[in-house]
Amino acid sequence: MASNVQSPTQTDTVFRTENLDIYYGDFKAVRDVNIDIQKNQITAFIGPSGCGKSTVLRCFNRLNDLIKSFHINGTIYYHGQDLYAPDIDPVEVRRQIGMVFQQPNPFPKTIYDNIAYGPRLLGFKGDMDELVETSLRKAAIWEDVKDKLKALGTDLSGGQQQRLCIARAIAVKPEVILMDEPCSALDPISTLKIEDLMQELKQDYTIVIVTHNMQQASRASDRTAFFNVETNEKGKRTGYIVEYEPTEVLFQSPREKATQEYVSGRFG
Amino acid sequence: MTMNPDMPPSAAPMQSWRRSDTDRFLDKAFLWLTGAFGYGVIAVLLGIAVQVAKAAWPAIQQFGLGFLTSQRWDPVQNVYGVLAQLYGTLVTALIALLIAVPIGIGIALFLSEDFLPDAVKRPLVFMIELLAAVPSVVYGVWGVYVLIPFLNPIARWLNQSFGWIPLFSSAPAGPGIHAAGIILAIMILPIISAISRDALVAVPGKIRQASYGLGATRWETIFKVIIPAAFSGIVGGIMLALGRAMGETMAVTLVIGNSNRISSASIFDQGSTIASLLANQFAEAGGLQLSSLMYGALSLFFLTLIVNVLAEYIIRRFSIKY
Repeated sequence: MASNVQSPTQTDTVFRTENLDIYYGDFKAVRDVNIDIQKNQITAFIGPSGCGKSTVLRCFNRLNDLIKSFHINGTIYYHGQDLYAPDIDPVEVRRQIGMVFQQPNPFPKTIYDNIAYGPRLLGFKGDMDELVETSLRKAAIWEDVKDKLKALGTDLSGGQQQRLCIARAIAVKPEVILMDEPCSALDPISTLKIEDLMQELKQDYTIVIVTHNMQQASRASDRTAFFNVETNEKGKRTGYIVEYEPTEVLFQSPREKATQEYVSGRFG
Repeated sequence: MTMNPDMPPSAAPMQSWRRSDTDRFLDKAFLWLTGAFGYGVIAVLLGIAVQVAKAAWPAIQQFGLGFLTSQRWDPVQNVYGVLAQLYGTLVTALIALLIAVPIGIGIALFLSEDFLPDAVKRPLVFMIELLAAVPSVVYGVWGVYVLIPFLNPIARWLNQSFGWIPLFSSAPAGPGIHAAGIILAIMILPIISAISRDALVAVPGKIRQASYGLGATRWETIFKVIIPAAFSGIVGGIMLALGRAMGETMAVTLVIGNSNRISSASIFDQGSTIASLLANQFAEAGGLQLSSLMYGALSLFFLTLIVNVLAEYIIRRFSIKY
């Protein structure tokens, strides 16, 4: 079953969703998501709180499977392969599609072991020291930690922890890195560092980022999807995509009034 | 308190900034009271240690440290040593840990993961904690009437089939070290599982998510991330359980056989622990025998002290902030 995911046909479209509806039990959290996500680009999801952007993001590596009531209608294709086909093992999916979370979440282990954790799971046999170093270098944190690889990852500052988590995600050589508001717990300087880092990383990886910060989306991303939320007569809130465009189009000449109001800071 | 800058200063502005004397006295008094409670506990502990040591003094003078290495307990000749009881205490506690640690951690994992719906999980947690509320004499009686008859055929079979292993080398006579160890295992199970479960539940979900996000399975996540993160709490629970097992008296006295010597390495031998020795002989003892019992109690006191200090050290050494 692993082979289905491991050798997909390489296309420039990494993800394609078709009429994707996301449910928690009976509750429809997000409806009608139809987007393509392009290789080696940074795609940003923006929108007000509760509009389902993180929910959609978590579908891409099947992390929502951990929530029992979760299910979807519609299809998510990863290089043409249906990600939710019955013979797809979510564990294999997550090895290809890495994730960086909103709260930095290093393991309470040493910096070295934080990075080595993923490769060890995969049975990595090569030079672990070298892999740890290259991963930390790619995440622009090598200089900060090279003398204290045996220190606990949890003892680093918040911004360093988040870069450590990015290094940890890179170490398993995923194709895609999903970032769920990676800078929301960080100070402005750490935020800029992570944004610079994303520009470096997109040479090798496809990045999808959820952000509350519109400047961040406009600075860092190539394409942006604007999510909004509608409330039905029963008071349930369902998210949907209003507009999905190249970032400069979405920010400078949005088609929809809601997008225009949101990006100009009038609501949200 | 907020001051309105537009308001003219009132006649006595400082008055409202001071608390009344009663108020401040009550604050102080409360501090003294809680302090007295806290120091009171320490005073009681020291008082017990001093009293026991005083009562043990004649035996300490008579036998010295040799008391701990002699297994002769002879009220007729008035010669005493507690090696057999120390051995019994440690071996029964060890058997109890060997059985209760894996089972207890297993229970803790089962009840801390989302294997069960909450409606089933909660009563189960409660029932396991209820095991700790059963009086120890009930465990002892249960041991005599249920556990020992149940164990007998198994022990006999082990002795006949694997008698060449020193652990099983003696014929079981009903009560014995093995029965005491198993009773203790049941008694400490709730301590281990409850404390381990608390430690496992306290591991933040974001760490679990991180592990899943890297493509770890549930088992890899449990064994490589969750258990290591909860390690200090689990060890703390085990040490607490060990202290309990070494000091447990009534249940052990009823099922261990109360033989005051080490016959062989076999777990089917009858034996005794320091606590069971005290329970058996304290009422009739006098003179040097009583003093020797006190010396035994003092050595148990130190044994549990060492275990607890060790536990504290391990908890500090391996405790992790997330």
